[in-house]
Amino acid sequence: MAKRVMTVDDSRTMREMVTFTLRKAGFDVSEAEDGQQALDVLKTAPVDVLITDLNMPRMDGVTLIRALRGDPKWRSVPILMLTTESDANKKAEGKSAGATGWLVKPFDPQKLIDVVKRVAG
Amino acid sequence: MSFDHLRATYFEECAELLESAYAQLAALAQGREDADTVHALFRAIHSIKGGGGAFGFGRLVGLAHAMETLLDLLRDGTIAFTPELVTLMLRGTDALADLLAAERDGAAAPPGLEAELTEAFLAAAAGTGAPASPAAAPPAAAAACDTGWRLRFRPHPAMFRNANEPLLLVRELRRLGPVTVAADASRLPPLERLEAEDAYIAWTFELTEPAPRDKVEEVFEFVIDDCELEIEPLAAESPVDLVPASPSDIVAPSGERPPPTRPPAEAASPVRAEAAAPSVRVDVSKIDRLVNLVGELVINQAMLLQHASILPADLCPGLINGLETLAQHSRELQEGVMAIRTQPVKSVFARMPRLVRELSAQLGKDVRLVITGEATEIDKTVVEQLADPLTHLLRNALDHGIETPDAREAAGKPRQGTVHLGAEQRSGRIVIELSDDGRGIDRARVLARARERGLVAADAALSEAEIDELIFLPSFSTAATVSAVSGRGVGMDVVRRNIQALGGRITLESRFGQGSRFVLSLPLTLAVLDGLVVAVGSEAYIVPISAIVESLRPHVEDIHAVPGRGNVLALRGAYIPLLPLHARFGVPGAVTDPSCGIVVIVETDHAGRLGLMVDELVGQQQVVVKSIEANYGQIGGVGGATILGDGRVALILDIPGLGAGVPPTTTRTIQPQPALQ
Repeated sequence: MAKRVMTVDDSRTMREMVTFTLRKAGFDVSEAEDGQQALDVLKTAPVDVLITDLNMPRMDGVTLIRALRGDPKWRSVPILMLTTESDANKKAEGKSAGATGWLVKPFDPQKLIDVVKRVAG
Repeated sequence: MSFDHLRATYFEECAELLESAYAQLAALAQGREDADTVHALFRAIHSIKGGGGAFGFGRLVGLAHAMETLLDLLRDGTIAFTPELVTLMLRGTDALADLLAAERDGAAAPPGLEAELTEAFLAAAAGTGAPASPAAAPPAAAAACDTGWRLRFRPHPAMFRNANEPLLLVRELRRLGPVTVAADASRLPPLERLEAEDAYIAWTFELTEPAPRDKVEEVFEFVIDDCELEIEPLAAESPVDLVPASPSDIVAPSGERPPPTRPPAEAASPVRAEAAAPSVRVDVSKIDRLVNLVGELVINQAMLLQHASILPADLCPGLINGLETLAQHSRELQEGVMAIRTQPVKSVFARMPRLVRELSAQLGKDVRLVITGEATEIDKTVVEQLADPLTHLLRNALDHGIETPDAREAAGKPRQGTVHLGAEQRSGRIVIELSDDGRGIDRARVLARARERGLVAADAALSEAEIDELIFLPSFSTAATVSAVSGRGVGMDVVRRNIQALGGRITLESRFGQGSRFVLSLPLTLAVLDGLVVAVGSEAYIVPISAIVESLRPHVEDIHAVPGRGNVLALRGAYIPLLPLHARFGVPGAVTDPSCGIVVIVETDHAGRLGLMVDELVGQQQVVVKSIEANYGQIGGVGGATILGDGRVALILDIPGLGAGVPPTTTRTIQPQPALQ
């Protein structure tokens, strides 16, 4: 079965890029516009890998990661942050909240696929 | 989905992000400087940058990055917003918009457009002592080794808590070459003391393939802070001497690791949601199809009603009642569907406060902008095309209308001038008003100027309204000196043309010394048009109301034949070329004697006024515009077609197109000149 990936980003462009890239690589991709929407959707539709932006309205990425890691079901699910180099502090914050890894925007499509494969096994 | 589709999404999203950025900046300019506003602004710029990077828009990214650097400091309160910074941000956002437009259109943005701004942002950020631009770490030298690598790897518990899995690391390493693994379980405690979430096992990996060192390090990219990792060339006994030491070579043991810093609660708290009504994104073509279908429905219903109306009233009262209810519902349905295409004028109005702020600073005037009715909705296409004309009118109002504070005081007015921009819906049209309490139009000066330019005969007596009309002529400008603000006198004619292209009209009222008022009357939608139905022989044509000046039954003595040019109509000292529609469209059985028919005088773009000869006026009605081009092909002088209540097809006249076929006469009193280049 194809691995399920969710991309959480308030930028439609970013979401579509991640979706476009990963679908071509055979992943089953779903989208959410912010942390809150992701949490709501994930309650009923779990995924194998989560990719989240950090800067988002309503609920930001760090809060989302922290919320998920607080749930035992989510302890071993890889969570990737999409960051920019200017988010260095945010990256550290995301890591301490429980992010598995990160991708720097703009990302190279192949790198995205490699990284998702690396953390998803 | 394709790459082009992604690009389209990006530009579409950027338009929304820019709008959001302008809105936040407008709020900041008014001193509403709360965290949400700054966060939203940051996110907008950040998202533009993020997508731009993905498409390789380097200049755009450079500028957005500089803006973001400054915004980051504003966001965390390191520096405070000042009016200068707001202006700088606005200029930056403008430049982003220009760069985006250039990328979208595949054009090269002017060189140096953003360089100075980028510097300004970085300087503003650097002025605080913060790093101007987080320097990207130089890529580590791709040291290779001809034998392979030995890795000693001891995970910390944090690694597992973040869902990093040693097995996957080994698998990843294997992609670089053959790997042997030796586990060191010496720290494994007795079972009863084993903590499930702790880390006890260490590994030594030997990669027997000369892979580049950075590739090996990349495998451990995510866990480097959560483990002890030593990498050394396979053959080497003493790694320290052979490999140039860099901080990442040997990660500090856990004791020296700084404790994970808890982020301040404020930063982690979710940002309050922006109050936005839930919405659905729909392809405009789907809406257009719906608009079209509803149009058909309305026409059908009108036809039914007309057929039924010839029946005796007592024959079937239920049918008539039913049809009337249907008529009402169809109209409501039509309005509802049209409303889907509409958008509040706010998106255009929101750009105006900053324009006023910047201009008044530039001109040394004190101006207050009052905006009303910004929630008024109008067709999306119309909204988009309103920005230029409104900007122009506003510039004119500030430059020519509002006086300097001293001049105002001398004239007994408050030092601060007021410009009012308002929108409201009035009987099926949207009326936008722009008024100012400035000096108004100096008609004597306008007339003098027009005479000087040969636009008006020296002896022509013009009414006040006619004098006001002069400012809409191409190349007319009363500004004694060309100002950088309101341009070079190629303005008002373009404004009028833009408004007319939208099916609208623009009128001007002015009282010298007291101010001017421009009134723009626009159709709610471009899918429906206010038309005058005229009869020519057995045919009906629709003349857009927005183009009509007047209609009259001419006297025989006012009609003069000009050899090779057909007839002209003498009207209040001007000669207006007559265009017999029956001849233009080859309609038999029409009235051919101009004095027996009616002349509808219309305003064209370039050929001035034109008199359309028709048999009679049937009535005014709203018609649903159907494209002929899409189904047949382009016809000169015809802008579209519609179906009348009786089921007949009527062509909608394209006035500029009709005007283009008529040679402009040289005998008019008022004679527009071609716009000066």
